[in-house]
Amino acid sequence: MIANHRILTDDMVARIEALASRYPTKQALTLPALHIVHDELRHVPLEAVVEIAKLLDLAPAEVQDTLTFYQFFYQTKPHGKVRAFVCRSISCALRGGEQVLDHLCKKAGIKPGETTPDGTITIEPAECLGACDFAPCMLAGNDLHKDLTSEKADAFLESVGRQHE
Amino acid sequence: MKFSDTFQPVLLEAAGIKNGFSIESYRSRGGYDPLEKLLVEKKPAEVVELVKSSGLRGRGGAGFMTGLKWTFLPKDHPGPIYLCVNADESEPGTFNNRILMEDDPHQVLEGIIISAYATRASTAYIYLRYEYPKSWDALQKAIDEAYEAGLLGDNIHGSGFSLDIYLHRGAAAYICGEETGLIESLEGKRAWPRIKPPFPAIEGVFRKPTVVNNIETMACVAQIARRGIEWFRSIGIPADPNNPRDPGSYGPKLYCLSGHVEKPGCYEAPLGITARELIDRFGGGVWKGRRAKAVIPGGISMGLMTEDELDTPLDFTGPGTVGCLGLGTAAVVVIDDTVSIVDFLHNSCRFFAHESCGQCTPCREGTNWSLRMLERIRAGKGRLRDLDLLTEIGDTMGMMPGSTICGLADGAAWPIKNSITKFRDEFEDYIKQTNPTGYMETDPVPALPIVTAH
Repeated sequence: MIANHRILTDDMVARIEALASRYPTKQALTLPALHIVHDELRHVPLEAVVEIAKLLDLAPAEVQDTLTFYQFFYQTKPHGKVRAFVCRSISCALRGGEQVLDHLCKKAGIKPGETTPDGTITIEPAECLGACDFAPCMLAGNDLHKDLTSEKADAFLESVGRQHE
Repeated sequence: MKFSDTFQPVLLEAAGIKNGFSIESYRSRGGYDPLEKLLVEKKPAEVVELVKSSGLRGRGGAGFMTGLKWTFLPKDHPGPIYLCVNADESEPGTFNNRILMEDDPHQVLEGIIISAYATRASTAYIYLRYEYPKSWDALQKAIDEAYEAGLLGDNIHGSGFSLDIYLHRGAAAYICGEETGLIESLEGKRAWPRIKPPFPAIEGVFRKPTVVNNIETMACVAQIARRGIEWFRSIGIPADPNNPRDPGSYGPKLYCLSGHVEKPGCYEAPLGITARELIDRFGGGVWKGRRAKAVIPGGISMGLMTEDELDTPLDFTGPGTVGCLGLGTAAVVVIDDTVSIVDFLHNSCRFFAHESCGQCTPCREGTNWSLRMLERIRAGKGRLRDLDLLTEIGDTMGMMPGSTICGLADGAAWPIKNSITKFRDEFEDYIKQTNPTGYMETDPVPALPIVTAH
């Protein structure tokens, strides 16, 4: 028998349970729970899905169904320490968004959607980030990067490299 | 109509004010006074009547009468009734909700509290898209301030009315902006829109009566409570007296201007301002001194207006008169004359192929095949026949032809139909020039193997 190896920490469980009074069903805690786990682990492994399901009295398949629908949650491996969404929707595309995406990926040596081998950064194409007044733009962590140019993109990559050396 | 110089922005009144997002600033501008007065003086049904007679139409895209929507709730329901506030703003080109939440969150909250009082909802969920972390922080701070001030919680100001507001974070899916997709997502499921009826007012989130309203609609409710019906109805385009089904386009509107203009931004104007006035008066003109080739009137799913159509009033009926789907989110995106319309349509098709939820086959297949065809056309293997095939896809997917559950497919179809109708010559030239030996082919051709929707 494998000892009680859990993915969800006591703190995660406490934070999920603290939200329970907000909703009349436990299933409504699915997205908040996935976010809580994903924020910390940068992915939600299948074992965590099973644990979340148990916590919410759901079948693991129900949680997994929701998780996979959004294409937002990583599962088999974590995304990079920084996850950068580069907008490619119309307002950004008209002002060079696709070029910024290409530039960033080339510099980082990866394709859009990939993570650098050292796990520092994931660069993903994104649909409209709702910051078209600052096109082309990128959301990295909680920071919105506005009016991007290749120079600003370079400076961003450098600062990410410095932070995670 | 001409833009009036006497028009005063109210939805954006906090913009430029230091700490305009704080409860102190909002109160100093007269905020929350209307709510406190209304809790004492008006019954919920009277507030519904107030909003109904203001003529306010939902600002999220469909333009349905807000007050009328509220009257669909069952009378004397034992509860609970839920209010879902749609902050899943994801229509390409749209960011007005973000501005409202970040710059003046209390205006939004006052509108929510008033709307919840009117609809007898005791819980309101704000479904906020993942991509707005700053809005999340601003709203959470404002909610905390409102609880502290006794404007939220149990028995607000001794009125007997109680309300809790909770933020709920999305996970980057456009379909969650569709009101029943939002409801399913809030329940913890995949965001597959529901077949209607039953409408959410009868059976919504957690199978209870539910109202879903947009963030800007909530801000408008706050302003109507503060300034009154007459003020609201003095702005915008009145109902057409010859059309009994036209409810008019009243009130101020936030227009998001982006793309090829000198000064992109969110600008407040009376409903009915034209795209040309927006571009010239607020946007500083088309950038680099160029000409506009086309303009999206209200988010990418509304289709395109040509340069000749830029004097169309951007009210709830205007864009429809030039073949667009509607006013949508009033997100005006300017496309200059150096842009290939083929590239525009490719961008649009890629968006919808990525965002189709996959529930209805015509949308799932139609959006993806239209993208594959655009990929092939751009790879120099286009055929004139493809334009007819694309049009056929556009004509057959959506709620209008009756083949899908929600309107996402209509929004995907409109840019296809609109751009091919309005710019057919350019498509044909492009195909002939890039595929000089094969453009007349009509036999089936294999799709290119690589499609980059995801």
